[in-house]
Amino acid sequence: MPDKHLSTQFDSELTSVSSQVMEMGGLVESQIIGAMKALAHFSLESADEVAATEARVNAMEIEIDRDLSSIIARRQPTARDLRLLIAISKTTANLERVGDEAAKIARMVRSIIEAGAPRALPTLELRYAGELASGLLNKALDAFARLDVNAALSILKEDDEIDREFDGFVRILITYMMEDPRTISASLDLLFLAKAIERIGDHAKNIAEFIIYVVKGEDVRHSSMAQVEQAIQ
Amino acid sequence: MLNTDTSIARTKIAIKNLNFYYGKFKALKDINLDIPEGRVTAFIGPSGCGKSTLLRVLNRMFELYPEQRAEGQILLDGENLLNSKDDVALLRAKVGMVFQKPTPFPMSIYDNVAFGVKLFENLSANDMEERVEWALRKSALWTEVKDKLQQSGSSLSGGQQQRLCIARGIAIKPEVLLLDEPCSALDPISTAKVEELIVELKADYTVVIVTHNMQQAARCSDYTAYMYLGDLIEFGDTKQMFFKPKRKETEDYITGRFG
Repeated sequence: MPDKHLSTQFDSELTSVSSQVMEMGGLVESQIIGAMKALAHFSLESADEVAATEARVNAMEIEIDRDLSSIIARRQPTARDLRLLIAISKTTANLERVGDEAAKIARMVRSIIEAGAPRALPTLELRYAGELASGLLNKALDAFARLDVNAALSILKEDDEIDREFDGFVRILITYMMEDPRTISASLDLLFLAKAIERIGDHAKNIAEFIIYVVKGEDVRHSSMAQVEQAIQ
Repeated sequence: MLNTDTSIARTKIAIKNLNFYYGKFKALKDINLDIPEGRVTAFIGPSGCGKSTLLRVLNRMFELYPEQRAEGQILLDGENLLNSKDDVALLRAKVGMVFQKPTPFPMSIYDNVAFGVKLFENLSANDMEERVEWALRKSALWTEVKDKLQQSGSSLSGGQQQRLCIARGIAIKPEVLLLDEPCSALDPISTAKVEELIVELKADYTVVIVTHNMQQAARCSDYTAYMYLGDLIEFGDTKQMFFKPKRKETEDYITGRFG
C-alpha cells in the first residue's frame, strides 16, 4: 500500500506479513513447476522435491496465520487494512491447497512411473494446462502484491480457459481408454492429475477475487462475470 | 447485532445548514445531518474537528458563552431549538448531557439522581424513590449502590461516578442523551459497562456520543459521522463506515493513516 499509517510499526508488520505471503507463493509455484517437470520427464527425483517442499509450505501457512492473529489482536484493523488481512488469510489457505495439489500430482506421477505405464500417454496437453495454471498463479500473486484489480479481472477470465482445457483433456483420455483398455489405470491417474491442475487454476482465481475484495470492498465470490465487472467499476 | 435498519428509524434531530462560530472562528461549516430516533449515533474525528462543538449545540450548551453563536436550524421533532423561546432548562430536560469527566454533585448518591427530577416534577417521596431506583437500575449501578444511597456521590469510583451521572441524566426522562467522551476517564471494565449501558439506553432514548475512541464508536453505535475541520465528511451506517467507508478521508482516519 502506497500510503502510510501513522504507526510505522503497523506498516512494517503489514509489509512483513505480505512478503511472507509472496514467499509462500514462490514456494508453491516451485512445487507446481517441479510437479510438471516430474510429469514431463517421468522424474522421480523431481516428484520427491515437490513432496519435500510441502512441509515448508504448511509451516508457512501456520506462521502467517499466527502473525495475522497478532496484528488483529494488537491493531484492531479497520476498512481496507481489515480486508487486506482477511484476504491474506484466505489467500494463504488457497496457496496451501495449491501446494497439496502439486504434491498430489507428484504422487500420481510416481504411481504412474512405478506402474511402468506406457510413455505414449497424452501428457503434453497436461503440461500445457499445467503451465497455464502455474502462470495464472504467478499472475495472481503478482496482482496481489500490486493490488491490481484489472489484472485480477483478467485472471478470472483466464481460469475459464483452464476449465476448457480440462474438459478437452477428459475427452482425449476417453478415446485413449476406449482404444486400449490397458491404458485405463494410467489414464485414471492422469485424469486425477488433470483435475489437480484444474483446481490450481481455481485457487488462483480465488486469490484474484480476494484482490477485488481488498481494493473495492466487494465480495465477488460466486458472482457472474458481469457482476464482477460492475463491482470493479 | 446492532440494529441499523434505517427504514424504521425516524429522524429525531434534523440539523440543517448549521454554521457555528467561536467569535470570528467558524467551527462548524454548513452541517446537514439527520440523527435517527432510538439509535446510537457517534461523532468521530480528530481534535478540533467540531464534534464536541456540534454536540454542545444540540442542547444549546454554547449559550453559556456570549461570543459563541450558531446559525441554521436544529429541528428537534420538527421544532427549531435554536430559535425556540423555550426555557433552555426545559430543552436540557429533553436533551440531557453527560460530560467527559464524571461530575457528581457534592451531595448523596440519592440526591444526585433526585436533584434534576425535583426541578421539573413534583413527585411524592415514594414516587421519587421509585424514580431514583429506576434510573440507577437503568444505568447499571443499582446493585452497587443500593445499600449506600446516602453516601456522597464522590465516594464512588470513577466508573461508578460516570454511571451516576448517566443515572442523573436519565432520571428526568429526557428524549435525547448526549454523551461527550463518556469513557475517556474510565478503565476498560467501567468502559465496557458504560458501553453496554449505551446500547441498552437506545431502546428508550436517542443517544449521541462523541468519542476519540474509534473502536468505541465501532462497538456501540449504529451510525457514525466523521468530521474534520468543521466539515461533516461522511455519515452512514457504522458497519459500513468501518468496513468500507465511501470517502478516502474517512478511510485514512479510521485506518490510522491520518497525518
